[in-house]
Amino acid sequence: MEYFIELFFSGLTRGSIYALIALGYTMVYGIIGLINFAHGEIYMIGAFTAYVIATVLGIYGFPVLAIIVLAGLAAAIWSSAYGYTIEKVAYKPIRHAPRLSPLISAIGMSIFLQNYVLLAQTSDFLAFPELIPDFEFMEPIAHIVGTTDMVIIVSTIVIMLLLTLFIKKSRTGKAMRATAQDRTMAKLIGINVDQVISVTFIIGSALAALGGLLIASHIGQINFYIGFIAGIKAFTAAVLGGIGSIPGAVLGGFILGLTESFATGYVSSDYEDVFAFSLLVLILIFKPSGLLGKAEVQKV
Amino acid sequence: MINDNAQNNKDIKLITEITRSLKVSLWFVFLTFPLLVIKVDALEKTVEYRWQNMLYVAIGTFLVSLLSKFFLDQNTKRKERAALVTEPQIGFLERIFNEPKYLYPIAFAACLFALIFPLIFSPYQTNIMTTALMYVVLGLGLNIVVGMAGLLDLGFVAFYAVGAYSYALLNTHFDLGFWIVLPIGAILAALFGIILGFPVLRLRGDYLAIVTLGFGEIIRLVLENWNEFSQGPSGISNIDRPGLFGMELTLNQSINYMFYIMIGLVLFTIFFVNRLQNSRLGRAWIALREDEIACQAMGIDKTKTKLTAFALGATWAGMVGVIFAAKTTFINPASFTFLESAIILAIVVIGGMGSIVGVIVGAFVLILLPEYLRALSDYRMLAFGAIMVMVMIYRPQGIISNVRKHIQYDPEEKTAKKSVDTTQAGKS
Repeated sequence: MEYFIELFFSGLTRGSIYALIALGYTMVYGIIGLINFAHGEIYMIGAFTAYVIATVLGIYGFPVLAIIVLAGLAAAIWSSAYGYTIEKVAYKPIRHAPRLSPLISAIGMSIFLQNYVLLAQTSDFLAFPELIPDFEFMEPIAHIVGTTDMVIIVSTIVIMLLLTLFIKKSRTGKAMRATAQDRTMAKLIGINVDQVISVTFIIGSALAALGGLLIASHIGQINFYIGFIAGIKAFTAAVLGGIGSIPGAVLGGFILGLTESFATGYVSSDYEDVFAFSLLVLILIFKPSGLLGKAEVQKV
Repeated sequence: MINDNAQNNKDIKLITEITRSLKVSLWFVFLTFPLLVIKVDALEKTVEYRWQNMLYVAIGTFLVSLLSKFFLDQNTKRKERAALVTEPQIGFLERIFNEPKYLYPIAFAACLFALIFPLIFSPYQTNIMTTALMYVVLGLGLNIVVGMAGLLDLGFVAFYAVGAYSYALLNTHFDLGFWIVLPIGAILAALFGIILGFPVLRLRGDYLAIVTLGFGEIIRLVLENWNEFSQGPSGISNIDRPGLFGMELTLNQSINYMFYIMIGLVLFTIFFVNRLQNSRLGRAWIALREDEIACQAMGIDKTKTKLTAFALGATWAGMVGVIFAAKTTFINPASFTFLESAIILAIVVIGGMGSIVGVIVGAFVLILLPEYLRALSDYRMLAFGAIMVMVMIYRPQGIISNVRKHIQYDPEEKTAKKSVDTTQAGKS
């Protein structure tokens, strides 16, 4: 039973991180209908920025709390800046091109960013500093769920709630929903669509950066290639829950995380990713628009 | 006086351009600061600031920003001019490659050049060219699925892997030769195409893309982990090269032989795909791509049409897979990653979807480019990614886009005039 709970929490932790990255995919897809393959790279850049800033501050002798806050902030700011720039450079000029062109542009961008980080930093695995200290009150259950896991799960839930509130209540959130429904109509009623798209990329990237920071301190090492597999998994999570749907991305992330965790725990760790993808294929066969996605009605 | 004004306007425009570019360059300096300037060593606890990189970024982005503005202006001007003309505009490249008058001599010259290629160039060059030809066939195969039938397949490399592993396994375990396995590999890949095709029949667009991606990854992961079957990540080595009537070939001879086999396969593929394009099946695919419901209303069996697209596309991948295994004599799962699928898809899209000449040009550009960019060593993949983005920005329809035949009625001449139109493939 204890093993089950342990696996359950480790699945929740993974799921939270997939959910954080999946949100960026799902928001961008909801608004411009593009699979943003460079999103995984944004997450990787977030992790690297956090690493660099945290190490620099550590060397200059800042207190731990300041390091966590500043590294998180820096990761979010720079990742957002990268997300914003990528949209302006690689996607905006071809917004009206045939549907596959932005996809290829995104794949090109992803290759570019991976190699940029490889050249600018290093190709080796870097040991990521353990940012989150162990809390004392967690001591009695530390063998089942570690402090880092707890912090990841709680912060994901908080972020999720804030994001839902933002999209439901705020002016920008409403503009985002309007743009997602019908871009031309949104333009006609005076919504600055370009700005909305930029905001979407900025928010999505900031979430990915937080995901990057959290997973890096959870796993303990980073590398220029981590964005790729995490990106694909997060995209799987987004599709699983129904792409374009924000609660769907969260649900998809958790389901994916739990499946992987139980499959590795009870069956075999070699086939972890096979389980994830098989689950995706199965769900899509029986529910082609994902768990919470709206079924597309085709009219003639 | 008027001249002065014009001059003034020009000056103002130039100044705004320069300030804009300066802002862009400042932005990129900010953007690249933490990763490009700072380098830390956590063990030694040292920080290194590489200020010279900041200077390079500033100058580089400033120039790129000015130049790209200039090119984009040219592009919009051309589009405005094109909008004024009612006649369908056909690009220079499209015109050349769609007139038999030009196309046939070019194709003939290309064939002749290909035949004497190994005699002129070194085996190293021949080897690279063989690889490029393999990607031509892969591109043409994927073009059936993506370009013609409009099914976005991100896991095409899975079929390539099926072909390669079927030759490797049948050769090492049962000692079967290359020419026997070539059709077997093709059939096995086609079977896998149908296996994949069945569950995804109901899916469309991006859902289809992610399931095919998942399928490709599943195949690769199984090959990587099922040690008893595929010997895992260490791969299979000592695969036989293809035989030529039992003759012993030296290494150079077999490189040339491989090259000629590929030339044969490329010609066969071009012939086949070309015939397919105007067949009943080819037109059914195009109808399916444009509108699924209308296509079904016309009495086209959707299931059968989609499955044949998957199966036929996979067949070529299987054949190239067999050739790949025979060429390198060693395969492991690392050759069949998602990047490979992405590159094959990029060949189709950058070359021009649905266009045979386009796919051939795309394959040569994308495969030979990294080879000849080797001079840039570490920077070649960086340049490769950047070029992919740039081609899509300046030519989203691909290098040579597909030109579809259509008949136009001209009331003055009272005759049906054959004309062509640059309808882009896959614009749905």
